[in-house]
Amino acid sequence: MKTTGTRARHPLARFLIRRILIALLLAWGITLVTFVLTNMVPGDPVAANLGQRALGDPAIVAQWKAEHGLDKPLPEQYLLHLQGILQGDLGTSQQSHRPVGDDLAAFVPATLELAGAAILISLVLGVAFGVVAALRRDRLPDHLLRVLSLIGISVPTFWLALLAFYVFFYRLQLTPGSGRIDPGMTAPGPITGLHTLDAALTGQWDVFASAVGHLITPALVLALYTIGLLTRFTRSAVLEVLGQDYVRAARAKGLPGRTVLFRYVLRSALVPIITVAGLAFGSLLSGTVLVEAIFAWPGVGQYAYKSATSLDLPAVMGVGLVVGVVYLIINLIVDVLYGIIDPRVRLQ
Amino acid sequence: MRRALRRDPLAPRKRRVPEAWRQPLAVAGAVIALAWLVIALAAPFLAPHDPLAQDLPRLAEPGPGHWFGTDQLGRDILSRVMYGARVSIPLTLLLVAMSVLVGGLLGAAAGYFGRWVGETIMRIADLVFAFPTVILAMVVAAALGASLTNAVLAVLVVAWPAYARVTRGLVLGVREREFVLSGRLLGFSPWRSLRVDVLPNVTGPILVLATLDIGTALLLLSGLSFLGLGAKPPSPEWGAMVASGVEVFDSWWVATFPGLAILTVVLAFNFLGDTLRDALDPRTARAIKERAL
Repeated sequence: MKTTGTRARHPLARFLIRRILIALLLAWGITLVTFVLTNMVPGDPVAANLGQRALGDPAIVAQWKAEHGLDKPLPEQYLLHLQGILQGDLGTSQQSHRPVGDDLAAFVPATLELAGAAILISLVLGVAFGVVAALRRDRLPDHLLRVLSLIGISVPTFWLALLAFYVFFYRLQLTPGSGRIDPGMTAPGPITGLHTLDAALTGQWDVFASAVGHLITPALVLALYTIGLLTRFTRSAVLEVLGQDYVRAARAKGLPGRTVLFRYVLRSALVPIITVAGLAFGSLLSGTVLVEAIFAWPGVGQYAYKSATSLDLPAVMGVGLVVGVVYLIINLIVDVLYGIIDPRVRLQ
Repeated sequence: MRRALRRDPLAPRKRRVPEAWRQPLAVAGAVIALAWLVIALAAPFLAPHDPLAQDLPRLAEPGPGHWFGTDQLGRDILSRVMYGARVSIPLTLLLVAMSVLVGGLLGAAAGYFGRWVGETIMRIADLVFAFPTVILAMVVAAALGASLTNAVLAVLVVAWPAYARVTRGLVLGVREREFVLSGRLLGFSPWRSLRVDVLPNVTGPILVLATLDIGTALLLLSGLSFLGLGAKPPSPEWGAMVASGVEVFDSWWVATFPGLAILTVVLAFNFLGDTLRDALDPRTARAIKERAL
């Protein structure tokens, strides 16, 4: 009986604690997966990192293995890896010979800036398009948006990035080229690591303009898929709510359409929209690998690609861990927002 | 009089065309998908050149003789795009079929047997879901070594959990139904009950999911090839062809046409899948319109 009492008194707190515990368990699982994946597979990191000549010398191979802890049995390697993570040590990259943590700290802000801008664009445009499509159901705007959003989720991101780069930079010279700011400009002091925000905070408006100019094309390319996704889901979520009796009742008692839309319809439709937005963030993180390659954006995507192709195990594990945990935190936030918006979720 | 009464005048008229085919998007999707299937099958007869022969002028602009232009090795891009359909389309279909099989069986086992079997399978699925797909697929593909087969395996690793989740949910719903229980009482073994009574009742929705997934699978597979983790040159795989266009990006045609090929195939299956989902999803426009009537 006591538990029922606590649950009744603090449903949100219990809900939060349970969610955080599950997230911690998953975070531990992520360390296990990254470790197993990078160790149980046939690729040979020794061959990938040492030259032909060094490979022929058993002494050099043994020394290299000992240096990177590869001579110990796997369970011991995993425990060392876990111990390191808990102390904030992600190992040393075999390629850059720098701590993986430092490498990631240098690359993560660029990706967060790109993905953040893309999710912002997607949320604004995707929800707006979805609402318009639902309100103009089965009429021209709906059909048009349906085709456009389906094209959005069908375009290969890497191809679109290349096309945008060719058209807007090479042909029309409308946008600046690759990188985060114009060459010759110094990056604003690292306050948040996001160039646009740092430049605005320090009042360097020329740097700010350059950073926004460099950000806008890759962010739009990256956002196209999630705009399509959010348009489709917002449309069906809004349509479902529009059919509810309480919406009809609100209309019947004479509330203005705008009030009904914002207070009644959008609020209920927000729950599925937020879920999809959380999932969309995962696809954005995926897309960054492909977009960063084209725009030479110095982010985690490029780092992941370089370390995966050179079998730099500590770096690959580090990227997997950080990206997995970022994704986990996003999903946790989504779950919590869920519980706040829809009280029924907390009691399940 | 007799003639007039042969049909009940009040009965709803039978539609001559099935509902799904009255949807222009579904028709467009089916036509494009069919066209690609024909191209894939008939590429040796349709393609004007050998896709691997390097006997044309290098980086020639699209024009007579080579309508999609030529690449940096003097190969005809139109022929390569056509032959590419023979690489990408069968592999994508195989990949989705394998995901359905692996995910479906694991999900069915999880739903039917429950307990620790189900828990273990679903927790592993949760773990895969905890990673963004391309990053996980990239790590797996890189670790297995760059090849098209390994890229397919890598996408399989990230694709099966979706089917496992859906199948498990469906099986959970069917498991307690009376006809399944009566089968068990008649002495069916768990596997026989699963095979005879449960699985036939959950295949429909899973096939819809599979249609929707074909586009995503092709995007992932060609993305891995684009990153150099899939098809190896000189294979005319579309993602790898786009990647080769990056080196000569002022010759726009090298990357543009293979990219368009990917786009049209994915779009075709998304058109089909979207109509299919609309027809089956009780929450979409049609159902609401009917409720309002």
